[in-house]
Amino acid sequence: MVDKVLTANRLADGISVWLDASGNWVESLQDAFVARHAEAVAALEATGKRSFDENKVVDVNVIDVEEVDGTLRPLRMRERIRAEGPSIPYAPGYHGLAGPKNVAA
Amino acid sequence: MYRYDEFDHAFVSARVEQFRDQVQRRLSGELAEDAFKPLRLMNGVYLQLHAYMLRVAIPYGTLSSRQMRMLAHIARKYDRGYGHFTTRQNIQYNWPRLSDTPDILSDLASVEMHALQTSGNCIRNVTADHFAGAAADEVADPRPYAEILRQWSSVHPEFSFLPRKFKIAVTGAERDRAAIQVHDIGLHLKKDENGKLAFAVYVGGGQGRTPMIAKKIRDFLPEEDLLSYTTAIMRVYNLYGRRDNKYKARIKILVHETGAEELARQVEAEFANLKDTELKLPDADIQAIAAYFAPAALPNRPEGWGNLARWKKADPEFARWVHQNVQPHKHPDYGMVTISLKPIGGIPGDASHEQMDAVADIADEYAFDEIRVSHEQNLILPHVALADLEPVYRALVAAGLATANAGLITDIIACPGLDYCALANARSIPVAQEISSRFGSPERQAEIGELKIKISGCINACGHHHVGHIGLLGVEKKGEELYQITLGGSGDENTSIGEIIGRGFEPEKVTDAVETIVNTYLGLRREKSETFLEAYRRVGPQPFKDALYGGGAQAAA
Repeated sequence: MVDKVLTANRLADGISVWLDASGNWVESLQDAFVARHAEAVAALEATGKRSFDENKVVDVNVIDVEEVDGTLRPLRMRERIRAEGPSIPYAPGYHGLAGPKNVAA
Repeated sequence: MYRYDEFDHAFVSARVEQFRDQVQRRLSGELAEDAFKPLRLMNGVYLQLHAYMLRVAIPYGTLSSRQMRMLAHIARKYDRGYGHFTTRQNIQYNWPRLSDTPDILSDLASVEMHALQTSGNCIRNVTADHFAGAAADEVADPRPYAEILRQWSSVHPEFSFLPRKFKIAVTGAERDRAAIQVHDIGLHLKKDENGKLAFAVYVGGGQGRTPMIAKKIRDFLPEEDLLSYTTAIMRVYNLYGRRDNKYKARIKILVHETGAEELARQVEAEFANLKDTELKLPDADIQAIAAYFAPAALPNRPEGWGNLARWKKADPEFARWVHQNVQPHKHPDYGMVTISLKPIGGIPGDASHEQMDAVADIADEYAFDEIRVSHEQNLILPHVALADLEPVYRALVAAGLATANAGLITDIIACPGLDYCALANARSIPVAQEISSRFGSPERQAEIGELKIKISGCINACGHHHVGHIGLLGVEKKGEELYQITLGGSGDENTSIGEIIGRGFEPEKVTDAVETIVNTYLGLRREKSETFLEAYRRVGPQPFKDALYGGGAQAAA
């Protein structure tokens, strides 16, 4: 089975997030919980539905990933760009998905 | 330009407060996503790959300095310091928080702007020639009619849930700079044999997955019948347009399946019932709206001619910019300035908040407070005295806005593509950047001459690739990006849809392919004045196919 992670966009600000092993929505794909068998995928889907119903996130999807040298990499280009941000330098002080607080840090 | 009256102010403010309440209820959980999504879309708020996106309407692409400053303020306060001007003369912000959108809309309302009807199956922002009111070849300013259509179509109860979105473009000149033949309705304002203003009406054009050139169904529609005839078209479309299949729901499919002649007959039948109703435009109303667009009093500035000649002689860079980015105005002492948003290797259509403020300042000081957004993703100062071109240029240089490439190969239209857009299959921006860098030398661009490259990251064709002289369409094939090339498209008064030239190219090969096409053109043109499009129309696709795929190769689409 292809490895899978759960992704969505946060309701209040729309930022892309991934579900981690503690059930939190985090801003880095690399911190995501990886489902490697059918039961784990079912658990992801159930968590996603609950988070959606609780109005925490929108546009919830299970996506395919692979692990390359310890780094998670989505199989589709679309999801790679969602995880890493625009592939171009688009504004001074910003790169990829980094938001103001990440830049400040 | 048009100023809101009391009704407009009250209406837009009420919509902001209504949306504020809806957002609050959504964030508190009172409103579910399924109920909220259509509401946010009605207010221009999309969800894209990384964040929400807010699309702000710029009616017929006309802005005052005050409005431009507000766009800069929004970029600075609520976004990441920049905005993206679109092929529909609008602006998009890529990173707004949903929770901030009511405040953004409130700020916009304070300068008579909003984001209504920038999404959904309604009549979208009416677009117009970006040189309206200034061009020498114009019979009349098309913007009063665009404004009349805007007022009529705003939350029109009958046309808020059409089979699909609906786009109207208006031009008042023989040279079509508004691409009216690839719109759902295209209006060409002209004079009839008695010198009376009338519209040629085109219906059923569009790009997307089924590109179509609009059919002319009326040659001289009297201006007083603008709303009754447009209503007749909308009614026929609303009644017979397909709602069973999203991909066949645009009016272009209805026109194609019904036939232009029969559709025109249906429209005329409907029009006969509407012609003498309250939709008939009283001349006083037309004049009242037109008064808002009365041209600024442009004082004679004949000293500009001599100054300009001296400045050009002293500074070749300035001379190049004037040659490429300044076009003749109907007043001989003035010019129409294109501010390129296509720096070499940059992102087409993007402008930083500092740049927006700089343009507002320049427009204030030198351009009668008027700014336009072109569908080619540039900004325009429509009225600049030749005597002021040098200081305008210096100010643009200081803001990084003086790229001398209007209409050249690096003046590329590109949609946001897969770097931002949830619908895209491939990236557009990096491809535009690489092509721009490859051809960036001013001498090489000048040698190539007029050549319009347009890039879309999916079949929806926001990057207008179908009407690019060279069009690039990004597709996804086996999980990777691939770019299909079309040649010979054009979005002007001689509109044509580009032809697919052969199999697609990988991202790392597409710039080479464009270079091969350009070199083939340079090798076969009769003389330097024969443009790429003229040469392509003369020789057809074969020489380009041979150059790209080898002689005799059967290029597969």
